[in-house]
Amino acid sequence: MIATLLSGDLPRSRVLAFLLAGIFVSLAAAPFLFPGTRSLDVAARICVFILLVASYDLLLGYTGIVSFAHTMFFGIGGYGIGIAIARLDATWTAVAAGTAAALALSLVLSFVVGLFSLRVKAIFFAMITLAVASFFAILASQLSHITGGEDGITFRVPELLRTRVNAYYVVFGASLVLFLALLRVVNSPFGRVLLAIRENDFRAEALGYRTVVYRTLANCLGAAVATLAGALYALWLRYTGPNTTLDFSIMIDILLMVVIGGMGTLYGAVLGATLFVVAQNYLQDAMKAVSSAAQGLPLLPDLFHPDRWLLWLGILFILSVYYFPTGIVGYLRRR
Amino acid sequence: MKIGRFDLIPILLVVAVTAGAAGLIGSASTWVTLTVAGLAMGLLIFIMASGLTLVFGLMDVMNFAHGLFIAVGAYVAASVMKAFGGTLGALAPAILGAMLVAGVLGLFFERIIIRPVYGQHLKQILITTGGMIVAEQLIHVLWGPDLLPLPRPEALRGAFLFGDIVLERYRITAVALGLLVFVGLVLVLNRTRLGLLIRAGVENKEMVEAMGYRIGLLFVGVFVAGSALAGLGGALWGMYQEAVTVAIGAQMMVLIFIVIIIGGLGSVTGCFVGALLVGLVANYVGYLSPKVALGSNILIMVLVLLWRPQGLYPVGKA
Repeated sequence: MIATLLSGDLPRSRVLAFLLAGIFVSLAAAPFLFPGTRSLDVAARICVFILLVASYDLLLGYTGIVSFAHTMFFGIGGYGIGIAIARLDATWTAVAAGTAAALALSLVLSFVVGLFSLRVKAIFFAMITLAVASFFAILASQLSHITGGEDGITFRVPELLRTRVNAYYVVFGASLVLFLALLRVVNSPFGRVLLAIRENDFRAEALGYRTVVYRTLANCLGAAVATLAGALYALWLRYTGPNTTLDFSIMIDILLMVVIGGMGTLYGAVLGATLFVVAQNYLQDAMKAVSSAAQGLPLLPDLFHPDRWLLWLGILFILSVYYFPTGIVGYLRRR
Repeated sequence: MKIGRFDLIPILLVVAVTAGAAGLIGSASTWVTLTVAGLAMGLLIFIMASGLTLVFGLMDVMNFAHGLFIAVGAYVAASVMKAFGGTLGALAPAILGAMLVAGVLGLFFERIIIRPVYGQHLKQILITTGGMIVAEQLIHVLWGPDLLPLPRPEALRGAFLFGDIVLERYRITAVALGLLVFVGLVLVLNRTRLGLLIRAGVENKEMVEAMGYRIGLLFVGVFVAGSALAGLGGALWGMYQEAVTVAIGAQMMVLIFIVIIIGGLGSVTGCFVGALLVGLVANYVGYLSPKVALGSNILIMVLVLLWRPQGLYPVGKA
């Protein structure tokens, strides 16, 4: 039963299985285990980011292509919901219409960008996506009559989502279903071809697989799931704006989560996103304590200033690329 | 259309763009002002981008943290200018300081961060992005998170007036410095033994190694020089904007990527033509229809790639 749900991709490590079960139970029972607005918000963010990071891992870890446009698709999902509800009404029809429009836009964009730049080197794709995504972010902040500019859009949500617990379970359920679907994809024959392309694209091509087609499909699929994650996030926050979705720092966050959690396995997304979001919310408190304890010493208070938490995660990121290229999950599985 | 082995069409394209803009803009004085502004912007971008494209051409390394050297150059220049009170005499120490610090940082960066990941594109992108994250945070630690003013020296403020043509002094300086760097680079690359080795390395690095030259040393030299140029560009760009934030590096990175993609990855000539094209078009379009200006860079990139998928001056390497 569990093996079927997980598409036969079991954790293959006792510690990992324990951690994953722990995260699953904590998230499933979050409203009861951790009452309070802040912790529920953290739990919802973890759900959304697990999905977002898993969809990014499909590109980076499974297909071996680096995209810097993932936040663009995340943002398209958010803006799709925001604009549709602001224009129509706080109904499910508006939510469906917004999601459908956002999905269509994401698919077209990812298809065009992929077809355009995936023929050449990985580096080329990375550079082009960076340019396109930054252009899109500028566009969203400039077209303020549609997107609300820098302020973004605050909107009402359908009746059902107005209680926080209901909204949380919608986010949780949708993320879970989509995550399992992604797990199904990466363990399908299609997913195996992606792995082959990552390992040796020349050889995959020689075996008769059109690598451009597979890479483009993976790109479109990743974009579509990121769009849905963006829609869920917007519904949870009841707000969408450049800072919550399109900002380049979120792209950096996603990269950190994938690499620290473990590339090339979707469970890495679960661990990476959970660790990162928790650190984002609680590491700063710890650093504040260290910083004030080190008061008076040179440089140390600045290095441990709560706003500098990315410094430490960045160092962790570099170290994990060097020494643990398979991240936490790879480390646990190897033991 | 070629002279010898040199392809003239991209240069004619830039001339055609300038001429076409003259027709669209109508007023001669506005056109001159915009052209000078475009050249200044293009040459500054060229200074920053040249090192990156050369490093890629020589060693197949794409450094996503190149913006870091730009930011550091700008910050160092701001600190030096502040220490000297912002006079014209402070300009030289500020610029040299920016280049020196950026160059030394480049040396460390190459040794510590990039060295272990030669030949692995995916890891290069990840590692250099990680380096960028850490370095940005360290800049915050060292210089604080606030916007830093970087005033131009008194003598470079204001503008020259020729009839009704307005030419900002600083832009003229930027054009002069940019041309100086370009001519210097071209001379070094084409007229010296070192340049010969670098060009040979771009074409075929195994062969250069087989001839007994230490390509690794050559590469470190190019990397450091490229970082120093990025620092110079950052200092000049910071003065252009008269303020420095840590985001300056990331912002310029996008432009620089577009420029070196347009030029053809690894080609210095292509980088020069691409930078001029981007700078000029940005200024013309910004005047003619500000709404389109945001997308003009992307538009140029798409059009150029549709015409020449490998960029204006493809580097003959698989």
